[in-house]
Amino acid sequence: MLVWCPPLSDPAGALRAARAIEKPERRLSALLTLARHDRDALCTHKLDTSISALMAGGASAAAGLAARRLAVLGSHSVEHLLPAIRVGAAARGVAAATHVGGYGQFRQELLIGDTALAAFAPDTILLATDAAALLPAVPLNSTQEVADAAVASATESLIRLWHAARSRYGAMPLQQTLARQATALIGCNEHLLPGSPATLAAELDRSIRRAAAREGVPLIDLSRLPEAIGSNLLIDPVRWHQAKQLINPVLAPLFGELVAQVLAAQSGKSRKCLVLDCDHTLWGGVVGDDGLAGLRLGQGSPEGEAFAAFQRYVAGLARRGIILAVCSKNDETVARSVFDLHPEMVLRSPDIACFVANWQDKASNLRSIAATLNIGVDSLVFVDDNPVERAIVRRELPEVAVPELPGDVCGYPERIAAAGWFETVQLTGDDFARATSYAANAHRALASAQATDVDGFLSSLDMVMDARPIGALDRARAVQLINKSNQFNLTTLRRTPEELQEVLATPGALALAVRLRDAFGDSGLVSVVIARPDAALPADAWLIDTWLMSCRVLGRGVERAVLGVLLEAAKKRNVSMLTGMFRPSGRNHMVEQHYASLGFTACAGGDGLPEDATYWRLAVAGAVPPPHHIKVHHDDDAAADLCRLDAGHV
Amino acid sequence: MMMTQQQIYAGLTQVMCDVFDTDDITLTPATTARDVAGWDSQAHILLIVAAEQHFGVRFGTADFESMRNVGEFAALIDAKLKN
Repeated sequence: MLVWCPPLSDPAGALRAARAIEKPERRLSALLTLARHDRDALCTHKLDTSISALMAGGASAAAGLAARRLAVLGSHSVEHLLPAIRVGAAARGVAAATHVGGYGQFRQELLIGDTALAAFAPDTILLATDAAALLPAVPLNSTQEVADAAVASATESLIRLWHAARSRYGAMPLQQTLARQATALIGCNEHLLPGSPATLAAELDRSIRRAAAREGVPLIDLSRLPEAIGSNLLIDPVRWHQAKQLINPVLAPLFGELVAQVLAAQSGKSRKCLVLDCDHTLWGGVVGDDGLAGLRLGQGSPEGEAFAAFQRYVAGLARRGIILAVCSKNDETVARSVFDLHPEMVLRSPDIACFVANWQDKASNLRSIAATLNIGVDSLVFVDDNPVERAIVRRELPEVAVPELPGDVCGYPERIAAAGWFETVQLTGDDFARATSYAANAHRALASAQATDVDGFLSSLDMVMDARPIGALDRARAVQLINKSNQFNLTTLRRTPEELQEVLATPGALALAVRLRDAFGDSGLVSVVIARPDAALPADAWLIDTWLMSCRVLGRGVERAVLGVLLEAAKKRNVSMLTGMFRPSGRNHMVEQHYASLGFTACAGGDGLPEDATYWRLAVAGAVPPPHHIKVHHDDDAAADLCRLDAGHV
Repeated sequence: MMMTQQQIYAGLTQVMCDVFDTDDITLTPATTARDVAGWDSQAHILLIVAAEQHFGVRFGTADFESMRNVGEFAALIDAKLKN
């Protein structure tokens, strides 16, 4: 259920053993360790019984837990959720004392006052409300205006309750978002009925979120919970009708975690730094064994794409203020070379605040990372694909949060997000300061996207093209493009990896890998062009037997910039004539006039050239490269310095 | 799946010990909530949920009126298991 927590093999036995510990501090510490494991509702209840007894005895202060006094006022039953809230909070370093309001009494308790609630003296009040309890009755055939007024008035009365929580009790209000309870009367187009319960609830939910942001009220967002775990629904209609329990008691631990995450954030217990392993965590493969070219990362394989997607998630965390660190068993130069040189890396050296790659144990390295960054070890989240490393760190440094990870990297982002260690109830200036440079980039992109003319738009994209001979790192993606592209493909000449290798080894041939990035991101390897001498042509002519491009970058002028590169390369090699070939495949009409538009003139083919094609030529000497808006980096002699460097590693 | 009365009572006893966090419960058909310490309305739902999981059955809204004592509870489980 708590998928980011390690499982317990024998929960009953572990609980018995922990309860048997005589010294209260050690017993509490053992129970808290159990609380940080995956646990079902019953196990959570039992942990709560033992932990609450110890807390009542005053053990929490000694254990360094922050104290919170949480009142839960509900329009539905919430008692069954308290044990899970208390255990979840304790696992995150918060000792939560709890109080439950009278069923459905939340308005009176807040607006008129309640002696029991006042006596409890809450510092936090969670409003667990459902749409039916908040919305005034409106007829089903209400106009949009009537529905809007109902939503506005329900929002207004909630805001008054938040104010009352603050002014009457001096407590921070927390607001639970609305669950999807109402069944659609229409379906997909429910919004056509502004007065339907489902439409009203959806509108009110949106309105509550906006009001909460304005009022500085943290949310407990039920939409973050899965709708079901196995056959257990989050909202079980049987429990609703039986006991007005909105949240299924079987899934109470999940709800408890949600509240605990926010209580922890409110108590300054959120984590600050994400520490990442490298091999098999940020990329597929082991850089020390497989070399840069052997890594699976980025375009070319589903696994590589998944690693890149994980890196993008991590980059997003960094942008909103989470510090990144690396902790890897590697030679530092080898590990760093991936960050500095691999073209598909999303994370780069400057993104990493503390880079530790050596052969020492990871617990020591995590301690030194925390010391270097001047933060506590309890501010770290450590992500490592290796279950053994995870287990060692959990044992040696229980303060470090170490998520259980699925076998497939594509599940890493959701897993880390579900754990909620980076929850925050307020974004501060500090968070943004860490992200200033990114924010500036985003502003530039926004401004340029507002340009209306095509040239203005293209130049606003800040496109940068990198064209160089296909190297070891490009081969997989190049072969994929050669065998997959149909539309922007002049000859549809398919090649196996071996056949491509043969071309690369042909003297006088040029096979270009073209990458494009712009203000919005990196499009990766988008175009492949192969030009080579051919027996059917004069010795100083090139036959362009392959010119293809990914349709994602159509209309950007990439082909014009590529022609510029071809012309320069041809001059350098004393090639005087470019011969283009267009072979209709039935799917490549869009490039029928490709060569004409680039200034080539139609010509006859020649003996030994395929007859099902049209031919075009361009004399290199007088050719004027067509204009474009792309900044071009190219080196047509050296394939990737990466390959040379790579050879050194392997 | 069929279970004998004895198996059902043994299963229910195990579930109750788990829910009430004790190993000292003796059930008879006449046992009611009043006879077991901690058997309040909250625990009652936990008990139903735990019994559902233990026996692999599901109780519906129509079933709760006929759960006045352990005998009725066991009979209901028996009926669900036979379906």
